[in-house]
Amino acid sequence: MASIKEQFEIPGTLKTWSYALIGIGGAALLYGMFTKGFSSDEHEQVHFWGTLMYNTIFWTLVTNAAMFFLCFSTMAMAAWMQSFRRIAEAISTLVPIFGGITLMVLLYVVLSHNHHIYHWLDAEAVAKDPILKGKAGFLNPTFFVIWTTLTIVLWSYFGYRMRQISLEADVAPMDAATAHKYNVRSMVRSGFFLVWFGLTVASTVPWLWLMSIDSHWYSTMYSWYTFASSFVAGMALIALWLIYMKNKGYMELSTSEHLHDVGKFMFAFSIFWTYLWFSQYMLIWYANIPEETIYFKNRVQGSYKPIFFLNLFINFLCPLLILMKRSAKRNFTLVAFMAVLILFGHWIDFYQMVMGSLMKEHVSLGWLDFGILAFFVGVMILMVARSLASKPLIAKYHPFLKESILHQV
Amino acid sequence: MAQKKFVVGCFDEEKVLFPAVKQVRAAGYKIKDVYTPFAVHGLDHALGMRETSLHTAGFIYGITGTATAISAISWIFTKDWPLNIGGKPHFALPAWVPIIFELTVLFAAVGMVMTFCYLCQLAPGVKKHHFHKRATDDLFVMVIECTDKTNTDDLKALLSSNGAIETDVQVAEDGWWFGTYDKEDNLYNEKQLA
Repeated sequence: MASIKEQFEIPGTLKTWSYALIGIGGAALLYGMFTKGFSSDEHEQVHFWGTLMYNTIFWTLVTNAAMFFLCFSTMAMAAWMQSFRRIAEAISTLVPIFGGITLMVLLYVVLSHNHHIYHWLDAEAVAKDPILKGKAGFLNPTFFVIWTTLTIVLWSYFGYRMRQISLEADVAPMDAATAHKYNVRSMVRSGFFLVWFGLTVASTVPWLWLMSIDSHWYSTMYSWYTFASSFVAGMALIALWLIYMKNKGYMELSTSEHLHDVGKFMFAFSIFWTYLWFSQYMLIWYANIPEETIYFKNRVQGSYKPIFFLNLFINFLCPLLILMKRSAKRNFTLVAFMAVLILFGHWIDFYQMVMGSLMKEHVSLGWLDFGILAFFVGVMILMVARSLASKPLIAKYHPFLKESILHQV
Repeated sequence: MAQKKFVVGCFDEEKVLFPAVKQVRAAGYKIKDVYTPFAVHGLDHALGMRETSLHTAGFIYGITGTATAISAISWIFTKDWPLNIGGKPHFALPAWVPIIFELTVLFAAVGMVMTFCYLCQLAPGVKKHHFHKRATDDLFVMVIECTDKTNTDDLKALLSSNGAIETDVQVAEDGWWFGTYDKEDNLYNEKQLA
């Protein structure tokens, strides 16, 4: 273990790139905010706030997926991910930051009563509408604000507790009794996160944040669909950082064996995402009830058709055919390429989920989308790198580390 | 099938077995197989076996299933017996996807099981020689195929010096046969008699 590089030093090029992305993206974000976000034209407003919303929600859920990965692995007493757990931890440190941005954006939208984004904010329309009246116990500003705040605060807090207990594994070797106690404590802490994750990402939060844009429409698949989308993108992000760190000569203990398993997650959850995509689509297609098909009307037959099918192509066919082979999942170049493709694909997925409902007539994909994306990518790169540099790269006295080093697929 | 001569070495620990495999291979002997009570990680690499092509076969079976399903259903529902089901088009791909998927899985699963049995020579009534009964219990049994030039004593000495707790020479059936064993082996009864 003596030759292991435990301390990450942020390379200059990474800093330059992330500052450039933040600069360009920040400029686009501010320019968009003042020309569109605060303009008097409601279409411009919807364009800006919708674009910012899906970007910030996407990145919050993707970074939170890294903590979800750590927690369910801990719960299952998985050992293989210990050699690169600090990468997942570093990605999850973004939850308070991106979550904070999400919270501000959503609070602004709800408290300014922007009913062009959330139709249920229009009190007059709700009073006349039996469907929305029936949903009012759930879709109302008070509940939205409280639940959203609670969600983001608790994700951040439980995630922080998980990262803290991981640091204890840096201090001193553990004997069997201590190690056992440590595992139990880790599992209890991850349990808190998982329960809260189930109550939020896997159920209520996608309903509140995304599905309620189509206030009348609902789908029981929606939350799982959102979860699958963000989780597979989260695994792709972990893979990308793992490959980057390997390229820079760190993470000596993680090998193609570990990459293989991360690749399996990317492959399997791409299929899982497609399963949910198809289940949602086929049931609505089969029943052919107008209030349900409205969601797919402009996506399958309207202007969003190319994006809708591009989404399926990138997120299903590409992972299925390219990642299927064992040798592909062990190839660093190929996995890096697929990780970028999957991240982009699910970003497009979130794009059509939000903007496909907000701007039905035409596809708005343009400088604003890519500008805001650049901002989030820049912040992500910089903050993950800083977080990686702030603690040792290996939890070197973790009881499961040895098993992780010996991991063989 | 042919009778062949084998040298058998038994090991009681994995960590002794691995260096022994390396030594025996380095000395130029041909290891027929190592019989273990459980799947040992990395042993296939140590033995220099190639990756199985079972998954390639599985992929081909799967594609066959997909093609069968698509061609059969599309022929039935558009040419042979078109039905109006809820006003849906005759070529109703979304409704077929579950069946296409099921048939893909069925073909892949059944095909792979049968290929696996074929590759491992497994079938009801097929018998193979057991080199050591404790290979199913707690021994790692290395079997080395002898040639005309093999000096069995040298080989046994090599195995013993690499940690084999038991060595012997057996002349036995190399492949499989259909039928019964000459003598039904029953470890449990033998122990009771002793």
